[in-house]
Amino acid sequence: MSARDRILAKLRPFSPSTATSAPDVAAWFAGHRPVESAGEKAARFRHFIELAHAEVHAVTSANWLTTLRDVLRDRDIDRLLVAEGTPHGEAALDDLPRQGVECATYDLAIEAWKTEMFNATPASLTAARAAIAETGTLILWPDALEPRLMSLVPPVHIVLLDATKIYNTFYEAMILEGWKDGLPTNALLISGPSKTADIQQTLAYGAHGPKELIVLMIGGEQ
Amino acid sequence: MNAPQPLHFKPSEGFRARSKAVVDNPFLRQSFRGAMDFLMSKRAAQFPDAEELESLRTLGESIRQYNLAKLPELLEQLEANLRRNGVQVHWAETPDEANAIILGICRQRRAKLMVKGKSMVSEEIELNHAAEAAGIDALESDMGEYIVQLADEKPSHIIMPAIHKTKEEIARLFADKVEGVDYTDNVDALIQIGRNVLRQKFLEADIGLSGVNFAVAETGTLCLVENEGNGRMCTTAPPVHIAITGIEKIVEKLEHVPPLLSLLTRSATGQNISTYFNMISGPRKPGEKDGPSEVHLVLLDNGRSQAYADEQLRKTLQCIRCGACMNHCPVYTRIGGHAYGTTYPGPIGKIVSPHMLGLEATATMATASSLCGACSEVCPVKIPIPELLMRLREESFSAPHANPAMRGQGAGHSALGSAVWRGWAWVYRSPALYRMATWLGSRFGFLMPSRQGGWTSVRVPLKPAPKRLRDRLRERG
Repeated sequence: MSARDRILAKLRPFSPSTATSAPDVAAWFAGHRPVESAGEKAARFRHFIELAHAEVHAVTSANWLTTLRDVLRDRDIDRLLVAEGTPHGEAALDDLPRQGVECATYDLAIEAWKTEMFNATPASLTAARAAIAETGTLILWPDALEPRLMSLVPPVHIVLLDATKIYNTFYEAMILEGWKDGLPTNALLISGPSKTADIQQTLAYGAHGPKELIVLMIGGEQ
Repeated sequence: MNAPQPLHFKPSEGFRARSKAVVDNPFLRQSFRGAMDFLMSKRAAQFPDAEELESLRTLGESIRQYNLAKLPELLEQLEANLRRNGVQVHWAETPDEANAIILGICRQRRAKLMVKGKSMVSEEIELNHAAEAAGIDALESDMGEYIVQLADEKPSHIIMPAIHKTKEEIARLFADKVEGVDYTDNVDALIQIGRNVLRQKFLEADIGLSGVNFAVAETGTLCLVENEGNGRMCTTAPPVHIAITGIEKIVEKLEHVPPLLSLLTRSATGQNISTYFNMISGPRKPGEKDGPSEVHLVLLDNGRSQAYADEQLRKTLQCIRCGACMNHCPVYTRIGGHAYGTTYPGPIGKIVSPHMLGLEATATMATASSLCGACSEVCPVKIPIPELLMRLREESFSAPHANPAMRGQGAGHSALGSAVWRGWAWVYRSPALYRMATWLGSRFGFLMPSRQGGWTSVRVPLKPAPKRLRDRLRERG
């Protein structure tokens, strides 16, 4: 008998044959938080992610590249990792090199340029799929165009967020988007720059992931 | 000649001495007191609405109980869905089996360096020792765990592993052990030192190891909660990711995750959510440019099935490992995590360790409690910890019997102790005997010894009053 069979055999006799009633998660969330307007959700999102030390800039779809350039200039960053093939990546590729910012693209599998990714990539730009107001959280679904490490390894992570895609709660996001019927290989909730309080409960940012998280929020100023 | 006695690892032995050493150390006392006060007030600030907290705890409890009831079925569902997603699933009954599986994967990949995200289950199986013996460098990457590993110690808290260390101690440790580092006790500078060392290791590592906070059966998803980003590094940067978890951490539905996540981060560190919530549903797909090409999950039993078999003890498995019970425990606050001598300290350690190590090794753990109930009051999934401690005392100290519910039942039993309690029960059952015993006590109380074991080490001796309560009441009329 395998370890699997032995473990299951030890558990099965004690698993009640009559089904226990299922917890009603929907009912709890229904009474949990009032429905808010888009503006209220954007404000709540901003409040909480700023509390977690992220920087939020209100932008429009017309001027976000200008804000992006300012953000980079303020930090003396002249190299940005962008996702070729995405609308925002292409827009950056079109604009930034003319302004003196070199754009690197994630066109090869990580094995081909891991050292460069870790040691010579000061900043990255990705989009967020959506966000959560209640906790000030960005939702990212990395994919072939915008891979997982883009939002983790560069010390400065800049995220473009469409404020019309802010959900009330994590629960609402997963239900309305039908996550249970298809999750990507990696789904992420990000609620601020990397941090730790492991030394004498003193909060320090930039533990292993990005030291700075900058959100460019399109819309949301109502 | 006596037959050779089998050797047992006994955390219980030395528990008293270790506790006393901490109680006598004002610096450690202050450090734990301060840290626990900090964590308690941060948690309280996250739950301003008592009604919301109560209803959320009730929901959390029902989610955990529902999923435990279906555990064998859900394990099979999880396995099937993970396999469908391309994740390899392994089962281990014991720590040795789990280590053999993990080291087998390492050997197959000719791995030299393993970076580890924070995983208490990997501590439970002592993976770092097993890896060292196999010639594999297993490096902790959570800042607290990294510090504790550098110091050649074990975590003293399940959430804040280096909570027993001051920044000056960490500064000296880094200056001594990390190449090219001068003494600094600036916390930001210390974190940057750790960041720089470990960043290079994430880049080089052959294997990334992590724990699991929730495993979702319906989607085949492993969820990880963290703040630092080292967990994401370990599960994303190396070519192979191995996750290890206890068999109890399963939920059937994805919708069970949000309430548990909210309870976990708010109870543990007083955060409304952690910086990262990392949901892994498979290795790199064709066309994707990063992520591990292999993902493995090791499901560990190690005594959990014993707890499962008893309806009352099963509640132990509801735990989501937030650590709030230790933060609020007057005993833990005074003796710290190392005194227990087990991987999991504090109230949760007292109820879970006996299933992992047997009662022979843990008989006295359950007695280190005043049964004040602070732990169960803050438990996000309402585990009745004091009730379970009473049960474990019963299991430890009752006379050994057939078909015990726990390994090592009766390990703390003594014939004399039992006789005393039987006598006590006999006297208290009979009014005549009781009257006689109290009368004798009031007349011959002066015969009580002045040294009464542990009691008089810090207190005045016990002496029955010369007049009984019943006598005084009678005099009053």
